[in-house]
This record gives sequence, C-alpha cells and structure tokens, in this order.
Amino acid sequence: MIVEAVGLRKAYGSQQVLDGVDLTAAEGTVLALLGPNGAGKTTTVRVLSTLTQPDAGTATIAGHDVVHDPVGVRGVISLTGQYAALDDRQTGRENLVMLGRLAHLGRPTARRRADELLERFDLAADGDRRVGQWSGGMRRRLDLAMSLISAPRVVFLDEPTTGLDPASRATTWDAISELVATGTTLVLTTQYLEEADRLADRVVLIDAGRVTAEGTPDELKARVGGERLVVRLVDPADLARAVATLDGVPSSTDPHLVELPSDGSAAHLRRVLDRLAVGGIAVDRVAAHRPTLDDAFLALTARTPQPASVPA
Amino acid sequence: MTTTLPAPVHGGVRNAVGDAVTLTGRSIRLSRRDADTMVMSIVLPLLMMALFVYVFGGAISTGTAYIDYVVPGIVLLCTGYGAASTAMAVAADTASGMVDRLRSLPVHAWTVLLGHVAASVTRNALSTAVVIAAAVVMGFHPDATPVEWLGTAGLLLLYVLALSWLAAGLGALASSIESASALSFAMLFLPYLSSAFVPTDSMPAVLRAVADHQPITPVIETVRGLLTGTPIGSSGWVALAWCVGLLAGSVAFASWAFRRRSR
Repeated sequence: MIVEAVGLRKAYGSQQVLDGVDLTAAEGTVLALLGPNGAGKTTTVRVLSTLTQPDAGTATIAGHDVVHDPVGVRGVISLTGQYAALDDRQTGRENLVMLGRLAHLGRPTARRRADELLERFDLAADGDRRVGQWSGGMRRRLDLAMSLISAPRVVFLDEPTTGLDPASRATTWDAISELVATGTTLVLTTQYLEEADRLADRVVLIDAGRVTAEGTPDELKARVGGERLVVRLVDPADLARAVATLDGVPSSTDPHLVELPSDGSAAHLRRVLDRLAVGGIAVDRVAAHRPTLDDAFLALTARTPQPASVPA
Repeated sequence: MTTTLPAPVHGGVRNAVGDAVTLTGRSIRLSRRDADTMVMSIVLPLLMMALFVYVFGGAISTGTAYIDYVVPGIVLLCTGYGAASTAMAVAADTASGMVDRLRSLPVHAWTVLLGHVAASVTRNALSTAVVIAAAVVMGFHPDATPVEWLGTAGLLLLYVLALSWLAAGLGALASSIESASALSFAMLFLPYLSSAFVPTDSMPAVLRAVADHQPITPVIETVRGLLTGTPIGSSGWVALAWCVGLLAGSVAFASWAFRRRSR
C-alpha cells in the first residue's frame, strides 16, 4: 500500500474535524474520498500531503512518515488544491517551468517537461499567453499539469472539477485517467458522485470525520440493496391500492409512481404486471433502476436514519 | 505516456539558493508586469518631488535650498507606498493556494517571502534612481564622495529591507488582500512625522518628541548629511542601530506570521 493512514485525528478548536480516519491506497490505483461539505475530506488530504499535522494517528506515503519525514513525503507527492494556484501574470509555460525548477529538475529538464505537459493537456497553443487570459477549464488543466511536472508517485486532487463546465470536466477526467495509466497513484476528494463512480477504483465515504463505508463503487452500490422497479400509474387515484397490492413504497415527489425492490428478472416483472392487471390498476410504464452511488451515498451518510432498502 | 525523469536531489544549500533565485525571479516578473505597481514606482516619486519642491518648498524654511533638504524624504516616502504592494503580493499568495502548493513541495516555503522582499528592494532601487535623477534635473546639488554614496546606498538598503520584511509579515498576517493593504497603511504616514519635510523644531512639543525619537529622522539626517554635507552628529550610529534592530525584528515577525498562517 503506497498510502496508509491509521487513526487520524484532528481538531480545530472545539471542533473534531477528523475522528479516527483509516484508509489505504494501492499503488497505481485511484482512491476517492466522497462526503458532504465539512466531512473532513480536505483535512484528510492536508494531513496526507504534510500541510497539517494530525493530533493523533499515523500516515505514511511510499514509506515516508508524514510527521517524521515530511520532506521525504514532499519529494514523492504533489497537491492540487481546490482553487487553481496559478500566477495570472505569468504565461502557462512560465508557470510550469517555475514549478519544474522548484521540484529541482534543473532548467533544461523543466523546460522539456513544460513542453510535454502543455502538449498533453492541449494547452500548447496558448502556452505563451498570460494565464490571466485563459478560460476556467484551461486554468484547471494547467493547475493539474503543474502538479505533474515532477512525475510524482502520488497525486492529491482536492475537488478537481468543481466549478468546471461539462466539456472541461470531461477533458480533465481524460487527463486524470491517462495519469493512472502511467502508474501514478491518485487520491482525490469529490462531492460529485458521478466523478467518484467514473474515476475511482475504491471509494471511501467520509462523514463527520469518520469513514462510514468503503469499497469499490460496485460494492457500495450492492450494499444499498439490489435493483428496484418504478411503476408509473395512469391514474394517481390508484396509488394507495397499487402500493397495497405490490407492497411497495409511494414516491415522495410524484403521485403517479410506486417503487419496489426487484431481482431484475423478467419473471418478477411479469408477476408485478399480472398483479396490477388483476387489481384493475392501469399502468402507464415500468422502469428498472440499478442502484447508483447516489443511493449508496444518501443511505450510508444520512444523519437521520433512512431505510437502505425497502422490505419486500 | 510514460515519463522517466532523473531522480532529483532535494535539500542542501545549492537547492535552497536555487529556490530563492526562482522565487525572486518570479516576484520581480510579477511586479514588472503589474502596471499599477510600475506606475507607483516611477510616476509617484516624480509627482511627490514636484509637489514638495514647487508647491510647498517655497514656504518651508530649512536653511538650505528645499530641493537639497527634501530628497531623502521623498525616497523614504516612496518606500512606504511600495510596502503596500509587498504586503498585498504576500497576501495574494497565501489566499490563492500558492503557499499551500509550495508547502507540499520539497522547498522551504518561507522562501516565497524572500522573493517578494527582493522584488520590493528592486522596485525601491528603481524609484530611488528616478527620484535622484529628477532631483538633479530640478536643481539638486549633491556633493558626496563615492564612499558617501556607498554609505547612503547601504543605509537605505538596510531601511528598505527592514520595511519590506515588515510588509511581508503584515501580508502573511492579513486575512485578505484588502486587509493587507489596510494594515500597511500606517507605514505611509511615518515619514511625515519626521525631519523629512520640515525641521522638527517647527512642530508642536508632543509631535516633535515623536519625530525626534522615531527611526526615520536619524536615517533622513544621515542620508542628507552624506549627500549634501549637513551635519550628521550621532544620527549615523542611531540610524544604523535602528535599521539593524528593525530588520531583525521584521524578519522574526515575518517568520512568525508565516508559520502561523501555514498551520
């Protein structure tokens, strides 16, 4: 495990922001920290990237201890924060070369890497324009490129696509996927369930400073229960009868909808439709839903108890 | 795309110096490309010179030509204005995540302060040159030997360093760029309450007491003495002691403020 953290605790004043966080990441994989605002994701990343010292617990990155060997850690990691940390009055190339020199690559190597990265992130055409004139998506890509100039073994990304338009988000995701293909380990925090689902090999759900669940995206979705059927009635007046007949749950948003768990088989679907037909309830359409990470997220991080699955 | 890079070596003096050079180059480049800052460094000194010499100069009696009296004061005044730029640059780096990025690199993050201080010294050297050139055009007659010029440069450098480190510390302390600008405001007014523009014996007793005992007055008296031959007396040693003391204090303050910020 290239990233290992055990029992991380951190308090700011009277607020316990991290309350015993354990996590691991294998080399060359993507770990996503998913959680609501204030859950402690950013603080966890700050501890792992040596920006903040934990009050208790240990963490090592590639064998270097974050508390006792921070310089060793900094030599193998890079951090891209939530807001792009760029010099607006320098050009893209100048920003990259500066980071390369600060990573002690030497000027010629830094220049070569800058050219490579401008090319890779599709920024070569604007490389010599001042960054202040770039679009938000381009700035985000440059921010990512700046973190990669030293070819770190572990890259920390704090909310990498927050605030980006869909096209920029897609380009950023492509860049991130390419990164993993080169063997770099990624630890990213995100509020976007789709992002975790798409990019991560493993997801850690964090809430109120604790890890509430972890696993692959599919494992987490499976924990929430299986598939469900959503039946749309023609007449909302039939809702109560339909709920009773199917032993399902009415939707809270639309009086036409009834939901019930399903194993996804055609036989079950036929039984459902038969029961409705026998009861004289007209059905408009039926949809089958696989659980999403949304469901897992809501169910596993809810502060008020919610049923994770519907009793059959 | 696989990348194989030669494994870099971190730590050590050579890297530390290299990092300082990189960050100084950055700060100077940012300064140079900021129109407001450049205007402040060049146009402001010229305006101040003209204002004091032509508008006020005729009414202030100093025993010498006013132009000869006021040059050191204008130089220090411009330093005060420049301090706000330094504070704001440091505050911007702290707010933008640049400092966080530097702290996750194998460099000494406080070197970023060094970069801004070095840029501040460069800007001040520029505005000092502008002031002196303009003054000469307006009739300034310095009669200093090369040694006296060196002494002037040395003392002014110490003073500017002390002020720049103080500004950097205020920038690290401030919670935003705006408050950094506000915090450094006080430095703008200090030169007025000294012998820079009027002899202190023309001030009411309380103000004269302040003016006589603040660091700027001995610096002014020493520079004026070196450049134009007016008596220096003990001002030279007092000025040196003040500047060295202030420099030590400012560097300590800036380190503390920076460490506090990066918790």
